Amino acid sequence: MTFHGYLCEVDNPKDLIELSKKVRDSGYIKFDTYSPFPIHGIDKAMGIPASVLPWLSLTGCIIGLTCALTMQIWMNGIDYKIPLSGKPYISLPAFIPVTFELTILFTAFFTVFGMFGLNKLPTWYRPIFNNASIKRATCSGFFLSISTLDNNFDETKTRLFLEKCGAKNIERILD
Amino acid sequence: MDITNEEINRVPQVLGNKSFKEVTEIISKPAETKAPKWWFIGLVGSMSLAALLFSLIGYLIWDGVGVWGLNNPVGWGFAIVNFVFWVGIGHAGTLISAILFLFRQKWRTSINRFAEAMTIFAVICAGIFPGIHVGRIWLAYYLFPIPNSMAMWPNFKSALLWDVFAVSTYFTVSLLFWYVGLIPDLATFRDRATTKIKKIAYGIFALGWNGSNRHWLNYEKAYMILAAIATPLVLSVHSIVSFDFATSNLPGWHTTIFPPYFVAGAVFSGFAMVLTLLIIARKIFGLEDLVTIRHLENMNKFILATGTMVGYAYAMEFFMAWYSANQYEAFAFINRAFGPYAWAYWIMVSCNVISPQFFWFKKLRTNIHIMFIISIFVNIGMWFERFVITVTSLHRDFLPSSWDYYIPTWVDIMTFVGSFGLFFTLFLLFLKYLPIISISEVKGVMDIADPHHYDDHKEEKS
Repeated sequence: MTFHGYLCEVDNPKDLIELSKKVRDSGYIKFDTYSPFPIHGIDKAMGIPASVLPWLSLTGCIIGLTCALTMQIWMNGIDYKIPLSGKPYISLPAFIPVTFELTILFTAFFTVFGMFGLNKLPTWYRPIFNNASIKRATCSGFFLSISTLDNNFDETKTRLFLEKCGAKNIERILD
Repeated sequence: MDITNEEINRVPQVLGNKSFKEVTEIISKPAETKAPKWWFIGLVGSMSLAALLFSLIGYLIWDGVGVWGLNNPVGWGFAIVNFVFWVGIGHAGTLISAILFLFRQKWRTSINRFAEAMTIFAVICAGIFPGIHVGRIWLAYYLFPIPNSMAMWPNFKSALLWDVFAVSTYFTVSLLFWYVGLIPDLATFRDRATTKIKKIAYGIFALGWNGSNRHWLNYEKAYMILAAIATPLVLSVHSIVSFDFATSNLPGWHTTIFPPYFVAGAVFSGFAMVLTLLIIARKIFGLEDLVTIRHLENMNKFILATGTMVGYAYAMEFFMAWYSANQYEAFAFINRAFGPYAWAYWIMVSCNVISPQFFWFKKLRTNIHIMFIISIFVNIGMWFERFVITVTSLHRDFLPSSWDYYIPTWVDIMTFVGSFGLFFTLFLLFLKYLPIISISEVKGVMDIADPHHYDDHKEEKS
């Protein structure tokens, strides 16, 4: 059995924010909080930097735009010319609808799969799933975990610290 | 603070002082209890109709488009009408989930999952019709830019090809949006699962979600970006559908008002369909505290607004037909209102323009029975709108010698009926196996979800 860290519980979103602040201010970095819905302001309380996801979306947007324009210009303007309704072979206004749609499509793919990548989803097994109480995090529970990988982690001191902060149901995460 | 009118209108999003656990339980109930009898009856009925749809598609492919009622001037009949009808219905889902999200309309959380599911199923039904309408269905791959032995590429200057890209993008993005929204709720179902099969099935699709706030951070960002790109998308899709008509040179189709007019019509018909289904579902599943009268009333206001816009567009088409001094255009519209299809035109006007006007009265727009009846009228009226646009513009074209009257065959009609079977089959499966209301989002808009709710001054007040 490997010891992965401590899991503890609080009563409500406000307590979770306050506990996070205390944990963050004590120098812990490798900790996480769990809640049934995103809590307003918890990213600051935990000290997590802003998500880089918008940059991934922008990449998808630019790739989609470029691919769509190149594809249409090459197919209809160069490789297989269709003389149609007096329009030039490369007719940008007529290419806009498809360009727009493909830009959106690529942005959506990069956004969703980028989010999966950043969150390392799917990860069907995590040691924390061995703790039965975490099941309540998707219903009504508010939890915080501190990983043993954190430099400040100490088996007894961290436990005492969590107890002092008013955390309840402190459990060990094992697998 | 949000820039909503919450300060003046303090109606809570969730009634009856529920706890988070109670909300989870109410929403999970349909998926965790044995399905009621009507569900099985409904499913068998819808599946038979869906089977009818697929048999008739088989018959069509076997025999050719001659089994439909198309004739020489009317080359676009039920297939196009049904396509525009279904794709229009699909628009409400994205409007509710994306546009209302960006405007921070918190009331959307109770209905967005439902509307998004409806979008996806409606777009599936829509996609079938142009697919089988191509005639030689084994050549349907011509629609896509696939390298082939003829060294031929599709024509990107054609509005019909734009439509292929618009509808397939719309379907894909709606599906992604819906699935992203479902992930936390699937995790809730996984954690509540009582049988091994449920645990594995929900577990696979929940992707190992555990409510981590490091995940929520990226998740919320992704949801916001998806909403931001789905908003122009939903407006573009029905605009492009309207280009199928508007870029042709046919009187009655060739008008610049078409894109906004089609978008307003799509939102109108979509809201009506959401309302029809929601009124039934909230009653059956006892969701009255989550989907309140206020939610329904807000939807009725949308129906009133978009219905009036559609009415304005009808009037403006007539005005332009007269003002343009183009006799073909004028003829097309006089023929529409007083020609052989006048019956269809006046059904459309009564259902779409007159019936939503009842929603000016608060008493009527908060009455479940009235709103249900009006939503049905709007569904009917919006189908007739597409019928009127497509058929009346075609049946009397430039050469009076080729004028004809389009009558659908039994195959046309039963294929359309069958598409409802497919829609309801998917919908009933959704009602039984997936969270029909977004659990995490509803919790997020409850008062007890706000960290400041627990502040001292708040407690003194209450």
